[in-house]
Amino acid sequence: MGTIRKNRDFHEARWDEPIILELGNPGERGVLIPLASDTIKKDVGSGQDLVPKGLLRKKAPALPEMSQMQVLRHYMRLSQETLGTDINIDIGLGTCTMKYSPKLHEQFARSEKLTELHPYQDESTLQGILEIIYRNEQYLKAISGMDRVSLQPSGGSQAIFANVETIRAYHEANNEGEQRNEIITTILSHPGNPGAAATLGYKVITLFPDKDGLPDLEALKAAVSQHTAALMITNPEDTGIYNDRIRQFVDIVHGVGGLCVYDQANLNGVFGITRAKDAGFDMCHYNLHKSFSSPHGCQGPAAGAQCVTEKLAKFIAVPTVEFDGEKYYFDYRHPDSIGKLRKYYGVPAVLVRAYAYIRSLGPDGMKQIAELSILNNNYMLKKLLTIPGLSMPMAEGKFRMEQARLSWEQLTKDTGVTTDDICRRIVDYGFQDYFASHHPRVIKEPFTPEPVETYSKDDIDEFVEAFRAIAKEAYTNPELVKSAPHNAALGCQIDESYLTEWEKFATTWRAYKKMELFLGGK
Amino acid sequence: MNPVAGIGGRVGLKGSDGLAALQKALELGAEPESGKKALVALKVLKNVEHLFEIYTCAGDMGVNVCGLADLSYRLIDIGALQGTAQDTILAAQKLRNMGADLIMFAGGDGTARDIMDGIGTDIPVLGIPTGCKIHSGVYGVNPRMAGMLAQQYIQGKIRDTKEAEVMDIDEELFRQGIVQARLYGYLRLPNEHTLVQNLKSGKSHSEAVSLDLLSDYIADSWEEDTLYIVGTGSTTAAIMDKLGLSNTLLGIDLVYGKRVIASDCTENEILEIMEGYEKKKIIVTVIGGQGYIFGRGNQQISAEIIRRVGKENVIVAATKDKMLSLLWKPLYVDTGDDETNRYLEGYLKVIVGNGEMVMARVTA
Repeated sequence: MGTIRKNRDFHEARWDEPIILELGNPGERGVLIPLASDTIKKDVGSGQDLVPKGLLRKKAPALPEMSQMQVLRHYMRLSQETLGTDINIDIGLGTCTMKYSPKLHEQFARSEKLTELHPYQDESTLQGILEIIYRNEQYLKAISGMDRVSLQPSGGSQAIFANVETIRAYHEANNEGEQRNEIITTILSHPGNPGAAATLGYKVITLFPDKDGLPDLEALKAAVSQHTAALMITNPEDTGIYNDRIRQFVDIVHGVGGLCVYDQANLNGVFGITRAKDAGFDMCHYNLHKSFSSPHGCQGPAAGAQCVTEKLAKFIAVPTVEFDGEKYYFDYRHPDSIGKLRKYYGVPAVLVRAYAYIRSLGPDGMKQIAELSILNNNYMLKKLLTIPGLSMPMAEGKFRMEQARLSWEQLTKDTGVTTDDICRRIVDYGFQDYFASHHPRVIKEPFTPEPVETYSKDDIDEFVEAFRAIAKEAYTNPELVKSAPHNAALGCQIDESYLTEWEKFATTWRAYKKMELFLGGK
Repeated sequence: MNPVAGIGGRVGLKGSDGLAALQKALELGAEPESGKKALVALKVLKNVEHLFEIYTCAGDMGVNVCGLADLSYRLIDIGALQGTAQDTILAAQKLRNMGADLIMFAGGDGTARDIMDGIGTDIPVLGIPTGCKIHSGVYGVNPRMAGMLAQQYIQGKIRDTKEAEVMDIDEELFRQGIVQARLYGYLRLPNEHTLVQNLKSGKSHSEAVSLDLLSDYIADSWEEDTLYIVGTGSTTAAIMDKLGLSNTLLGIDLVYGKRVIASDCTENEILEIMEGYEKKKIIVTVIGGQGYIFGRGNQQISAEIIRRVGKENVIVAATKDKMLSLLWKPLYVDTGDDETNRYLEGYLKVIVGNGEMVMARVTA
């Protein structure tokens, strides 16, 4: 048992590292490439002559000129100016499921048996990775209850996109493609759902939550019609409130001929406890990098799993991975398929980690993920909600599942300190900045922590006490919080104009010209 | 500052508009509340005093509270103060003409109306809520938040502006216990909508973009052979603008074949004209923080008209932010006719974007 229970003075390195283009000196080199030998020169001529004249640069590109040691130091410094799940307590980044990713799995993912593969190798030499993909599908069928799984999507939103494509393919096959032009979702479901639906030309009808924090069932009854293509819904939503009427939602939509799609990007709350198929859903998707453990954040690497029932199996993305009893192979013979989603097939490194995760935990272990996540969350909430100014709107007295959407609204009213201020201040305490809310902010001044199964009681205690300290600062010295961060490299005060004014956020000349055309009215 | 705003509250009056009410309030032993609340907002601005200059009026209309907040100021001359609404109107006009970037005012709905009468939507304003009646959407949540909002605007952290409703109730009726809020018009104010959210959650639309998207949708699905009864407010104005049609902000216009065939109509005019058309639709928006779609600011669209058009032909459009601000609250109808109110009850789809709708419950 350790005796030191807090490391609140820890934070990432902080100094103003220049960008690499500002470093180095003219003529400085990291690698000296030997000149071609006379024989080669004689046979081939000048290398430059091989490039067509029209493609030749008129002057050399302005690349950084640096020696190896200086390059290494630059990137090592940058790598220390960061925080994350491997360095400190990342409970704040709710809905992202920032669990411990076993380092043993990195050895598999970084093994040259995987890294040296090329997707265009002959299938006979890809049997290992194909077997892993095939077996993953079998496991995910068992976990979801579904009948067919595609592991081709390279992220959660692409899996959602594949699900919407499948919705369209299904209704078109029934000659109802034109008629069914509406997709129903909820305001607290991930924006990827309405986003994918709108991208594919559907009208989007959104349900708001009732006071119990659940999507309004009566509103759903009024929304469904012969135009309903599908319901796309999450359970529990970001609020962590379990929707115990979910079966009714599904039945109502099925009643008018629509499909039901379960967004299970974050499976942590119901892992091994409930299955999408058992609640009547036609499709679901998983973000394998979240609940199935992979280092993620900073836009990747991710992998999505699209899971469908038998009646939709013929529509899933090609190729599928099949096994004929002797060998594994890609199968493109699916004439009704929605087609290919991306080049090559999925993100194999994440699929390998997910495979290792499933194999190492087994069914009992997976159920324990959910149980521990829920236990951790409710322990944390009990403590967090004693902090002045912090509250948990909706569904009073009802337990949350694996995460919760809290609100600093009272603290803001009392002190003027907002959730964005606190998000910057927490970095001074050595924690990753936190996730406030998906857009739009339905709950005011939101804060969405998620203490997944791998955080200890000590971790949670330390996390909570840091927020208690900040709340105290807000009530006694609000300016300290509002002007944060003071000693961190992350979470800086952002000049918002760089995100809102196109003249500033266009980072290339081509982008500038395009934006000038479309946004500048020229 | 309206120095007497809020004075009626503590003594059980519902407002202080008009000299008679003010007199009564003072007789009942009321003390000015406005200054104390405005001071809370001004103290916040002390943090950024190097970034702006204050121009204000004499005495209780501004100078005194600036002194208490230890803020320097310059005095503007609007002649001898009358102690009436005219002072507010003149001050607002003077500040606008001088090129002020923002007018902060302290008061209630009556004060907001006076500012609106003075300058309309010419320059951004921001209300510090100190009055008894706050139905208008032109105020900070509380005086401190008003101060914070002004600070962010001064610092340039907020650049977006939006038009917000100036609502007020009939004070005579209100003192008899009858609440009847009306839409009087609009003021322009800083849009505190957080511009930058967490990177994962993305950036939301500005008010202008939201209006543009829903207007696009309605304009694109416009039917040439249908008579449109276009309601009041800035949302329907944006739709009319998208169609290239002139619009009466606080009145009802009739459109057929993408042409305005009658402007600013009374109930009778609408009834008379609509007789000649087979297909009819009504377009309205959600008025004010209370969420009325009929009966506030658009009483011309009467129960009779609504029933003849049919509720399946009622189009309601509002920005998603507005709908979110009404979370857990229903939309209201008050057509003056119980049967029509009940007929309108239930759920309807409110258009909030291009092909985007939210389900909203309607109640009487």
